Amino acid sequence: MSTPATPKAAPQRPLSPFMIGPYYKPQMTSMLSITHRLTGLALSFGVMLFVLWFVCLAAGPDCYAKIAPHLAAWYGQAVLVAFTWALLYHFCNGIRHLVWDLGKALDMPTAEKAGIAVIIVSIVLTASVWALALSH
Amino acid sequence: MSYRSPLGHARGLGSAKQGTHHFWVQRVTAVALIPLTLWLVFSLAKLPLANFEAVHWWVAAPSVAVALVLFIAAACYHSTLGVQVVIEDYVAGEGSKIVLLLLSKFAHTIAAVAGIFAVLKIALT
Repeated sequence: MSTPATPKAAPQRPLSPFMIGPYYKPQMTSMLSITHRLTGLALSFGVMLFVLWFVCLAAGPDCYAKIAPHLAAWYGQAVLVAFTWALLYHFCNGIRHLVWDLGKALDMPTAEKAGIAVIIVSIVLTASVWALALSH
Repeated sequence: MSYRSPLGHARGLGSAKQGTHHFWVQRVTAVALIPLTLWLVFSLAKLPLANFEAVHWWVAAPSVAVALVLFIAAACYHSTLGVQVVIEDYVAGEGSKIVLLLLSKFAHTIAAVAGIFAVLKIALT
């Protein structure tokens, strides 16, 4: 495949450094941004596990009996709590992103306040979901 | 020398006319997932997850099965778009990038089809 008009050697221009590393001090907004990506990536594995759960449920009680003890064990509960928070963080911060997409709340003070709200609401929602789950 | 005409060289190098499609569908699926996620999280919290009969009975209810199919479809679509952006941003090699993109697309497609099939099997049998 020929690519016309490609220069022989790429010119050595300075590149803007990555937001995480020695060049920038950590900022709340950039940390929330990378957390959005990390939780999103974790949730892409989460949705695969979620689907496997339905496949096992459809396969019948024998398959379900094999995974049910793991769901109830402390490590299974810990993984479920982690996925609950990851989902609800991504959910809250996703709404923050959708507001930005409307061109609103883009100034720094509002972006930082909304960021703190995302952290608090995601934790409160996770706690409420688990309070409900453990109440029966 | 090349036998291709200047027009042949230029064709296909311009805009694909769908530059905003990925961005837009990611937002559409995000909005769709707002009510679906809230419903799912609180429904699962109320469900005795260790009890096969109870979970099976819940999934088999028509309204629940429909909402689960919608959730699985929207979540897998939203997820494949997001993972694509992460791969395109951080994987530099062209070969490994294409391999990872294909793996992600295949995994998400299999997850969506298997998940929806499982829900329908429970609801319809």
